[in-house]
Amino acid sequence: MISPFILTSASLFVILLALILVPLLSRSQRLLIVSVFSLTAVASLLTLTAGIWTVRDGITESYIILLGLPDLPFHMRLDPLSGFFLTVIGALGFMVSVYSIGYVKGFIGHRPVTSLVVFYSLFLAGMFMVVLADDAFFFLISWEVMAAASYFLVMFEDEKTENRRAAFLYLVVAHIGAIAILLSFGLMAGSATGFEGFNGYTFDAMRHATFPPHWAAVAFFLAFFGFAAKAGVVPLHVWLPEAHPVAPSNVSALMSGIMLKTAIYGIVRVTFDLIRDFPWWWGTVVLIFGLASALLGILYALQQQDLKKLLAYSSVENIGIILIGIGLSMTFAAFHNPVLSALALTAGLYHTLNHAMFKGLLFMGAGAVLHATHERNMEETGGLIHKMPWTSALFLIGCLSISALPPFNGFVSEWLTFQAFLLSTALPSTLLNLLIPLGAALLALAAALAAMCFVKAFGVTFLGQWRGRHHPHIHEVDWSMRTGMGMAAIACLCLGIFPTVMINWMDAVSVMLVRGKLSESAGAFGWLWLTPLSHERASYSGPIVLLGIVGVVSVVFLLLHARRRTIHRGPLWDCGFEKITPRMQYTATAFSMPIRRVLGFLFHVRERQEAKRHPVHKAFIERLRYSLRVRDHLWDWLYQPVADVSFWVARRVGRLQQGRIQVYLIYSFVTIILLLVLLR
Amino acid sequence: MSEILSYLLEGVQILLLLSAAPVFTGWVRTVRCWLQGRTTAGIFQPYRDLTKLFYKDIVLAENASWIFRFTPYLVFGAAVLAGAIIPILSVDLPLSTTADVIALVALFAMARFFTALAGMDVGTAFGGMGSSREMTIASLAEPAMLMAVFTVSLVSKSTSLSQMVQVIGHGQLILRPSLAFALLAFVLITLAETGRVPVDNPVTHLELTMIHEGMILEYSGRHLALIEWAGMMKLFLFAVLGIASFFPWGIAEAGNLITLPMALLFLMTKLGLAGAGLVLIETGLAKMRLFRVPEFLGSAFLFATLGMLSYFMLE
Repeated sequence: MISPFILTSASLFVILLALILVPLLSRSQRLLIVSVFSLTAVASLLTLTAGIWTVRDGITESYIILLGLPDLPFHMRLDPLSGFFLTVIGALGFMVSVYSIGYVKGFIGHRPVTSLVVFYSLFLAGMFMVVLADDAFFFLISWEVMAAASYFLVMFEDEKTENRRAAFLYLVVAHIGAIAILLSFGLMAGSATGFEGFNGYTFDAMRHATFPPHWAAVAFFLAFFGFAAKAGVVPLHVWLPEAHPVAPSNVSALMSGIMLKTAIYGIVRVTFDLIRDFPWWWGTVVLIFGLASALLGILYALQQQDLKKLLAYSSVENIGIILIGIGLSMTFAAFHNPVLSALALTAGLYHTLNHAMFKGLLFMGAGAVLHATHERNMEETGGLIHKMPWTSALFLIGCLSISALPPFNGFVSEWLTFQAFLLSTALPSTLLNLLIPLGAALLALAAALAAMCFVKAFGVTFLGQWRGRHHPHIHEVDWSMRTGMGMAAIACLCLGIFPTVMINWMDAVSVMLVRGKLSESAGAFGWLWLTPLSHERASYSGPIVLLGIVGVVSVVFLLLHARRRTIHRGPLWDCGFEKITPRMQYTATAFSMPIRRVLGFLFHVRERQEAKRHPVHKAFIERLRYSLRVRDHLWDWLYQPVADVSFWVARRVGRLQQGRIQVYLIYSFVTIILLLVLLR
Repeated sequence: MSEILSYLLEGVQILLLLSAAPVFTGWVRTVRCWLQGRTTAGIFQPYRDLTKLFYKDIVLAENASWIFRFTPYLVFGAAVLAGAIIPILSVDLPLSTTADVIALVALFAMARFFTALAGMDVGTAFGGMGSSREMTIASLAEPAMLMAVFTVSLVSKSTSLSQMVQVIGHGQLILRPSLAFALLAFVLITLAETGRVPVDNPVTHLELTMIHEGMILEYSGRHLALIEWAGMMKLFLFAVLGIASFFPWGIAEAGNLITLPMALLFLMTKLGLAGAGLVLIETGLAKMRLFRVPEFLGSAFLFATLGMLSYFMLE
């Protein structure tokens, strides 16, 4: 009998097979790339099928695996929540694996790719296992497999100092987070058994335990801290814009698209499934962190010149939007409003899926640009739409989706989030009634800034003329990279046009977590109409918006072209100015200048101009040097002090190390005496 | 029967939008001429301008891509679709449920997104400047717009436009402080979104002050005609949106054809007044420096927030 669980296990075995193949094939790198990435694509496809199946039928299956420590076997469980995340991981994993076949070939001749292939497979397997784990041990082991594999992937081009620094920072933040998660699980496991016995380590035991309120709060906030560090929630986001850009682009797509989502999975799992019973202010705290991430993330993104760094900061924004949905859902759930809670949760999870698709697409697009031009700095690119028509069109779809423009998918999830905000008036607390709408305004600001940010990203990279000093030979990327991006683009469009189908499918998740059913009201008018609560309240129809626009555009186009007026091509007019050069175009820095000026107090901006004047005629300026540095305030306020303190402590502790054997023997002696005295 | 009738109404409304938008712009220009003591070209001058542009050939920059050529059609399409959603004459529109007011804002955002891309497409400094400024102003206007919409939807308990119109139209004719504040915010946002004085000047081609004109500088022929027409429709639609959300009295109800001529008369009167009000604002104020616009939009946000607070405090 085939069951979803069998499919997921099969996918793990396929990855194992891929890993076994690696030493056999490492001689022929080309064959290695094709075979291993095809196998990971198959594995992802199996997981995707299993995930869709589980969520559709609302299946819950648990298994005990005879692995692990004696008497403490591993537990695995497949339920709608893990099924949903398996779908997300499987879908993007498949697209990126197809894309990788072409992308990784670009490294052949420069460096061996064996390590990339191995850790890529391990990374995928780690993510599959994280969402399948049903006990604290197995969860943390999978979590560490995922973290370690991604560390090595960030380190792939390890001759660059930048990469080593980013990987180290990532490792530090990931482990501080892992410690917090470990402590949180420890607390919950302890409470489940009354701190006697080891059986509390399974999630099932935690699910049936009742936690004292203060311990529950400590456990929740430890877990939230730990997962927030992985997800890149402000102020724990600093590793993200360092690590994502330096990793190979297919890995950045996976890290941004789905690794951050495993942290979202952790938050949802711990909150709604393990703790279950929580006061409303937890949700408000999550909401506030979400809003801060959304706004600051996109503002930082807007200030970047590096395309991949821009995308990484925009992930911070999108994680914020997801957390807004989850925070609202927690608040509604705490006030026992299951339908609204389901609406907000669906909005958050839908954005999770959407973000995986469009951010995966955008990172793959950035990888294609990097592959073709070897340039990550937007200030040196431009006009790629003429050389790379496919990549630019697909990248544009990603930009439209992430900017929340109809009829693409980003719009649907943000629209649902706005609806959840608007319905907060149903809450019985006046304070929340007053404050939550202000959150909606912040979300609107973030969404509008995102549109600006992606006008900049697309406009500077693909439009205009080439800005660089060198003119490299730029070519369109090969079929596998285009297929990978194309599938993600189609997913973006379909998720935007058929949200009702998706919401009906996702119903099992909200039924399981908040016992609220959305499909009855959301799909009441068939697949064409999305009506979150009632059609009088709000409705949206993606297909009609798409058809309407396409219809009007084509009618107008045909009408105007019936007369066959010709188009003359001529040089730029530009108000009659002559001798326009590509260096005169607006750059990424120039584009974001108004925002830097208006909201500059949120950054640490250092702007300098140095003029070199003519030696004789002082009035004439020969050369002008302009330098600009924009940094997070948080780095100076939060991280620098912590780093300083730890170095200071390290120096103090270092004094103990005299380098003389006698001194060390005295230390051991004193320790033994102390232990004997204290632990009689 | 009523199904067919409502589809017919939808068609009539789109035709009304296409034909009345240039007249509304012409009316605004005429009133401005009167106030400034100039002779007018008549309210039908925009028609002549559009016809002239439609008959002209296109000169396209050498490195313009398909985005540049596609944008005019898309901007036009978005404006027509928006016109099919907003209740102009009647609330009984089959397409009105396609998108609520948030989706409507997003529809305008999409047109703006492509216009900004087109501004950057040919690679001139003015185009980039216009795009950057337009997106900045739009992103600051968006929260204020949403707060104003939020306040109206709090009163009407819906974001669906025809529902909002019906609830407010059926309400008692009393001064609600929340709606008054929201209206004030909406007027300020309309000035910013449609590129009027004091935020932008639609008639200027002075290089350093232009925003919207900067982006469409390279357009000519039918492309320019489509963009200009869409711009007129946008102004018309914002006026109609304001009328529909704040002064809906007189709009035709579902299945009631007899009130349609009355509704048209009401609409014309209201639009005439709205246009005159716009001219009063435009001639009374000078264009702002770009970096004063955030303060202007900040005050719009403040008014909208006050409107929402007064809803919770007073109503």
